[in-house]
This record gives sequence, structure tokens and C-alpha cells, in this order.
Amino acid sequence: MKPGFLIFALVTFGLLSYGLYAGMVGAPTEQTMGNVQRIFYYHVPSAWVAFLCFFANFLASIWYLVQRSQRADAVALSTAEVGVVFCTVVLITGPLWAKPVWGIWWTWDARLTSTLVLWLIYVSYLVLRRFAAGAQTQVLAAALAIFGFVDVPIVYLSIRYFRTQHPQPVIGGGEGSGIHPAMLSALLWNFAAFSALAIMLIWVRYRLQIMEQQVEEAHAERALLDPEAHTK
Amino acid sequence: MSRTAAIAGPTIASPGLFRVLRNSLVKDLRLEWRSKDAINSMLFFALLVVVIFSFAFEPTAEESRRVAGGLIWVSFLFAAVVALNQTWARELRNQVLDAYRVSPAPPVSLFLSKAIANFIFVCVLEAVMTPLFVVFYDLRAIGPIYQLAVIGLLGTWALVVNGTFFAAISIRTRSREIMLPLILFPVSIPALIAMVDGTRMILTGEASPQFWIQLLAVYDVVFTTVCIFLFETVLNAE
Repeated sequence: MKPGFLIFALVTFGLLSYGLYAGMVGAPTEQTMGNVQRIFYYHVPSAWVAFLCFFANFLASIWYLVQRSQRADAVALSTAEVGVVFCTVVLITGPLWAKPVWGIWWTWDARLTSTLVLWLIYVSYLVLRRFAAGAQTQVLAAALAIFGFVDVPIVYLSIRYFRTQHPQPVIGGGEGSGIHPAMLSALLWNFAAFSALAIMLIWVRYRLQIMEQQVEEAHAERALLDPEAHTK
Repeated sequence: MSRTAAIAGPTIASPGLFRVLRNSLVKDLRLEWRSKDAINSMLFFALLVVVIFSFAFEPTAEESRRVAGGLIWVSFLFAAVVALNQTWARELRNQVLDAYRVSPAPPVSLFLSKAIANFIFVCVLEAVMTPLFVVFYDLRAIGPIYQLAVIGLLGTWALVVNGTFFAAISIRTRSREIMLPLILFPVSIPALIAMVDGTRMILTGEASPQFWIQLLAVYDVVFTTVCIFLFETVLNAE
């Protein structure tokens, strides 16, 4: 374990702890929704992190197709996996909040549907990576990742005809938007904490993937040099 | 003759894109005409789906007009996957795909010929199955019927162009038959939404399907471009 990583992990832990405190205790209770509104401090940062991960996956996939760099592929895989995890958190915390507030778990609203489709696309990406064999996996996965990323704006466009029930953005929204300063500060702390957590997870996953690549290479080399040893 | 040319040997002229496309398409259509593998299995599959749906839903009820768009397209989608799975499998025998890879023929023409062949197969399927749907579900279009043809052509191309591309990906995987729908369906969701909602609007006459037709056109242009752009990479993936 590198010291840089250790320091980063400690910072992340501190941010997460403070974010938890700010969201659960520091921020005032919302007038109409009550305590259930506090899900907001986890739901919104998770969504933000998931979208960032998928965007990074898209860039890494293009990078891989251009340079065939093993590092790019490791970045693509780790960002996709972490992105799917955070997207899952979004899809779980959303209905938990919606049931008491809207009275229903799920509605086929533009924001919800496009997030679900985003999740489906990247799960199919991970499934492809598991089922395709050998080195061509990386090329095929990179091609699918580009398709997936191009698809999402079209999904969003195609369902904007649906009635929207998802709350409008509260930050940088239109006139009359905006939230209590303590709420905003809790949200921003959690943004920082979740971003740091995502970077930490991607970092670990990336290192693991690089090691796996090295092990695979070593196996292949050994099989080439001494075919007998490999079968024993 | 210069020295370098002598070392390089005789250069093979790359055959024209359209000539390769035409020859490859004619070959695929002739193979299908002789075997009728894809068409027969698709037709029977779609027929089964129609019959099973009619048990799941009340086919003659008034609201069937509202769900018919979904039923029609889901059955066509499932049937198309049957044909798409066979697209490249045929080329694996005798290493035809490898031969194509080393040949100087442009990969785009191979992709387009496959996509056009699949497009023709699925259109034939739709032409045969649509009257059956009309009879079984007692459908009458209240909206402009010619727009159904536009949605049909644009939507079929949307499914087929991505399907042909993803079939080239899934052919390299373990359990390839199940792999194709797993990667094709999520990406095809916008096209399916447009096809289903556009068809429903025409059948019920509630609203104009203008927006959905435009969306399908955008989808077709975007994904045909991405497919053409990435196909060579996927074909040569090693």
C-alpha cells in the first residue's frame, strides 16, 4: 500500500464522516418532507459520481481504441464498475424517498427512465466483459461503451415527452430555486466525500486490474517458454 | 519499375466499396433464398409470439388498439434477434470471416451488405406478419396510415443496423445466442420507445407521431455513423 493512497483514504474517511454528520445532524429538517429528505444528501452526490464515472469510461474507451493502452482499458473497466455501483445506489435511494413523498416507488419519468437505461447499458457492458474471451474483449467492450454513451442523450430526448415528476434542480435551477445554506453545505460536503470515495474505489480497482493483466501476461509468457510447465 | 515496388511485390487493387457490397449482398440473399433458414425461423417465432400474446391480452377489446403497437414491435424485435444471431455464424464456417479480414475489401461494405440483407429479411417478416396482427387484433388505423410505413422502415433500420453490429460483437463471446439481446436491447430502447409510441399514436389517432419519426431519423443517422466508424475495429479485434 502506497503512503499516498493511505493519506487519501484517511481524507476520504474524514470527508465521509463529516458528510454523514452534516447530512444527519447539521442540516435542518425539511418542512414538508421531514427527515426522509435527508436521503437527498446521498442520492444527488451518488448520481453525480455515477455520471462522472460513465463519462470517464467513455473517454477511456476512446483512448483505448486510439492507443490500445492497457492502462486505458483498466481505467474503462474500473470506472464502469464503480459507476454501476453508484448508479445502483441512486436507483435504490430514489424509490426509498419517492414512496413516502410521492406515494409510489417508481414512475416512468424522463429522469428516472434515463437513469435506469444508463444502468442497463453499463450492466450489459460488464456482462460483455465477462462473457467475451481473451484480448478482443477490450476492443469489443470499448466499442459498446461508445454506443452506450451516445445512446443516453437520445434516451433522454425520447422520453422528455413523458410527464416529469422528478424534482427540478435546486442548485443553479431557475428563479425561486435554491436551498437553505446549511442544506447546501451538507450537500457540498457529501459531493466532496462521494467524489473522493469514487476516486479511491477506482484507484484500488485500477491497481487490481493492472496486476491481473500482469499475472495474465506472466502466465502467457510462461506457457510460451515452457508449454509443459503450464499443463502440470 | 522502381526498387521499392519490386520488394513490395504486386499491389492488389482494393475493390470498390459498392461492388463488394453488391456481391456480398447478392450472395447473402441467394444463400437465404436457397435455405430459407432465417425467414422461416423468424416467421414461425413471430407467429408464436402473436398467439401467446393473444392469450395474455384480450385481443378484440377496445384497449388492444392502445397496446397493439407494443405487441407488434416486441414480436418483431424478438423475431429479428433470431435472424441477427445467424448473420455472422454463417461466415465462421470455413474461416470466411478471417479470409475477409485479410482481404483488401473495405469492411464497411461487408457491414452494410449484412445490414441491408437483414433489413430485407425483417421487412419481409413485417409484410407477412402485419396482416395477421390486423386480423387477430381487429386493428384499424385512425391516424394517417402512410406514416406507419415510415415508422416501420426507419424503426426496422434502427434495430437491424445495431443488431448487425452487436451480432459481430456477440459472435466472439461464450454463449453468443444470449449475449446479443443482452447488449442490443438496452441500446435499442430509444428506438423502441419511438416505434411503439409512434405506432400507438397512429392507431389511436390521439396525436401526431411527428416527433417520434424525427427521433427515429436522428437515431438512424447517429447509430449508422457510429457502426460504420467502429465496424473495422470490431472486425479486426484480436
